[in-house]
Amino acid sequence: MTIGLTHYLVLGAILFGLGLYSVLTRRNAISILMGVELILNGANINYVAFSHFSSGNVEGQIYAIFVIMLAAAEAAVGLAIVLAIFQIFHTIDVEAAETLKE
Amino acid sequence: MELATVIFYLIAAVTVGSAAMVAFSRNIIYSAFSLLGAFAGVAANYVFLGADFVAAVQVLIYVGGILVLILFAVMLTHRITDVQITNRAVGTIPALVVMGTFVFLLVQIIRETPWQKAKEIIYAPTTAKIGDLFLENYLLPFELASLVLLAALIGAVVLSRKELKE
Repeated sequence: MTIGLTHYLVLGAILFGLGLYSVLTRRNAISILMGVELILNGANINYVAFSHFSSGNVEGQIYAIFVIMLAAAEAAVGLAIVLAIFQIFHTIDVEAAETLKE
Repeated sequence: MELATVIFYLIAAVTVGSAAMVAFSRNIIYSAFSLLGAFAGVAANYVFLGADFVAAVQVLIYVGGILVLILFAVMLTHRITDVQITNRAVGTIPALVVMGTFVFLLVQIIRETPWQKAKEIIYAPTTAKIGDLFLENYLLPFELASLVLLAALIGAVVLSRKELKE
């Protein structure tokens, strides 16, 4: 059995599921951001797999590059917010930091 | 079994194993370092899919940028003494049910949908094509991307600076 489109789609689905689990259960803001990164990676695998097996051109890879770029911007801003929360509340537990001010 | 199949399953095992470690580990340092395996495994998958440029971008930005950023944030927001308990997870059973349902439904959909097949599967360098597309059909999104990055850069600097109190 050769490796086809479905293998990669299932791999992307598993990555998505693990990222979803991470986002749902974690109470540490950085761990939630890690879950979001896993979800984006799962979506990216789908883009590149469809570009390779279904369409045969590189447009899917362009979308994957845009997703990677947005993930970088999201990580930078998200982690800056986490650091700001840590300076104010001295914790990054999302249940402890539920107000916008001290 | 072909060699390519064996290698694919090895890469998939590394990727899923590292991702599971990220999701289930009780220590956030282990979670952060396992992210390296997940990102590198995804990059290897891109190589298998013939997407050389995306694989290089993945290594450069995810492994070289985002992962280092996450590690810095972990180190900056932790007191080393309470490192064992800081990666708390609550509501694991409902989350497992939700995750299981989602993955099961997705796999069913993936198996039953008749996906469109390309006429021929090509393995060719993609960098030149991607560059052409960025400067032709995708010029506006490309320029918008630079604006987004500039806004994120300024936003991150403004958010993470220390307020001066007189």
